[in-house]
Amino acid sequence: MRYLHIDSPRPRIAVFDFTDCEGCELQLANKEETLVPFLNAVEIVNFREIATGAGEDYEIAFVEGAISRSDEVERLKAIRGKARLLVALGSCACFGGVNRMKNAYDLGAANAEIYGRTPKETLPVRSVKEVVPVDLEIPGCPVSKDEVERIVRHLVLDVPFAFHAYPVCVECKQRFTTCLMEKGQLCLGPIVRAGCEAPCPAGGLGCWGCRGPAEAPNLEEFFALARERGFTDQEINERMAFFGGFEGVVVGGTR
Amino acid sequence: MACGTATRGRPPRRPRGEGFTLYKTLRKEAFRSVVEAILAGSEGVEPRRVGTDRHGKPIHQFLPVERFEDIDFSYDTTEFSAKTYFLPFRERLSTYRFSDGDWEQETRYRAEPRALIGLHSCDIHALLKLDKVFARDWYPSPYYLSRRRNTFILGIDHDPCEGAFCRSLGTDTVTHGFDLFLTDIGESYFAAVGSDRGLSLIDRFGARPITDEDSHRYVAERKRIAALMQNDLNLNNLPNLLDIEFKSPIWEKWGAKCLSCGTCAMVCPTCYCHGVYERISMDFQEGAKIRQLHACTLVDFAVVAGGHNFRPTPESRLKYRYYHQHRGFVEQHEEPKCVGCNRCGRACLAGIAPVDVIRELQEEVAP
Repeated sequence: MRYLHIDSPRPRIAVFDFTDCEGCELQLANKEETLVPFLNAVEIVNFREIATGAGEDYEIAFVEGAISRSDEVERLKAIRGKARLLVALGSCACFGGVNRMKNAYDLGAANAEIYGRTPKETLPVRSVKEVVPVDLEIPGCPVSKDEVERIVRHLVLDVPFAFHAYPVCVECKQRFTTCLMEKGQLCLGPIVRAGCEAPCPAGGLGCWGCRGPAEAPNLEEFFALARERGFTDQEINERMAFFGGFEGVVVGGTR
Repeated sequence: MACGTATRGRPPRRPRGEGFTLYKTLRKEAFRSVVEAILAGSEGVEPRRVGTDRHGKPIHQFLPVERFEDIDFSYDTTEFSAKTYFLPFRERLSTYRFSDGDWEQETRYRAEPRALIGLHSCDIHALLKLDKVFARDWYPSPYYLSRRRNTFILGIDHDPCEGAFCRSLGTDTVTHGFDLFLTDIGESYFAAVGSDRGLSLIDRFGARPITDEDSHRYVAERKRIAALMQNDLNLNNLPNLLDIEFKSPIWEKWGAKCLSCGTCAMVCPTCYCHGVYERISMDFQEGAKIRQLHACTLVDFAVVAGGHNFRPTPESRLKYRYYHQHRGFVEQHEEPKCVGCNRCGRACLAGIAPVDVIRELQEEVAP
């Protein structure tokens, strides 16, 4: 690619999925108006969902999904060994995602609940960075294609990328969305990282925190104001645990 | 009257309503026609009810409206200010395209006519303050100017809204910055006319010169409204007080509550701090300079090249927000930046309200 008289090579990328719904991958193949230039900016070496080839010669690996089986651990380590840059794609890869809720239960009981008399081999759910070193995390359920495009442009031009440090509240103001906390709903917006452009509150649903914590969130004050508005510690904890981005953060007693 | 002739009583003067701002009266029945005439010729933005808060009170926003019926002129205040129609959250300043080894730049200003109907006096003062920054300072902004010039402003007088302290800042009445400003005086509106386009509009709908009785009614109505003002916050000498109390522990107390969510600055009618970034198109053939509003209370507001954050704590950021409102802006523009609308106080989930913060600061230094 050529920009400001500087030629940049097209990065060779691969996309792999683990324990997930493949929704983030689907986002990569979405947004038709810029799909052709997006695919032209990179060289797809291995991307099962949209390409037939399965090359091994990639520089950047986008890894989607949480890690919940021993064979996944091995496969992930092999990918890490080949990739110059490993990018965790989506909330499952970044935090463990909704799968992580399993960890709050007895593993055998969870297995029996889902698979009955044909149990599957399973491990406690881990995020990608809990298994191998990660160079970049793109949170979101699903990821925002717009943000992925920006990141890919930064990768092509080889300049650092910075996520918004501020919380979702800013993007509700941007969209003229009336504050859902003011309307009486629970919303994690004040403590969750922006960058999604706040589609959930705009649609009437309080934030569930798929992008994880904003930089330096004021958790103590957030818990105080949520309690003041009548939300129980259990409600707040369940909300924070949903995507796994607030691992280790608990309000009040036990979860 | 010959020079030197003694006169009794008041000195002779020009007829009422022919000073710097022109005053007229408009029959109430004609109001709807005036608004509809505006809506027929331009996009209209008006107070609209968008929901109910957790206490059962209506929530309003300034939003595009096409029908007179959708406008709620009885609104108290709006959740967000009308700033976005002059300083949008994100604005493309310039686009440049590359082709055949050359490049081409394109800059566009919003020129489509728009009308803001139903603004209150504080919000017009907010525009006058933004004018000082973006229209009358060393580097006028063509982006702001084109929006400001192409926006027709019809203001309305209203009973004071809860928690506001506009009177402490002298923004409860307004003399300019609008095209028309209406005060209810019974069967008609007392209309301050601030522009020729405002005058030609109401003249089409039978506006009349004011009578002595109209002026008396206007003064009585203003007196009635002023008597309803509940906030007696006295802001006298606040800039000095802020300097004296620079290290006051109250900043730590309120700072500990601050969520650093930027809501205060986003809903503020005068907060204009922003950043400019570059956005490249996916095909690498086009770049753009984009201006995006930012807020002094956000965690990365003061991060500079190299990564140093010179306002790393919430209390330092919150404090500087008050300093810009009531100290820094005074030094630059001889008046506070704040208009006393209390939108920040209402919107703050943590309950940080300027009236409380300023009162505490005053008590801190009181003998």
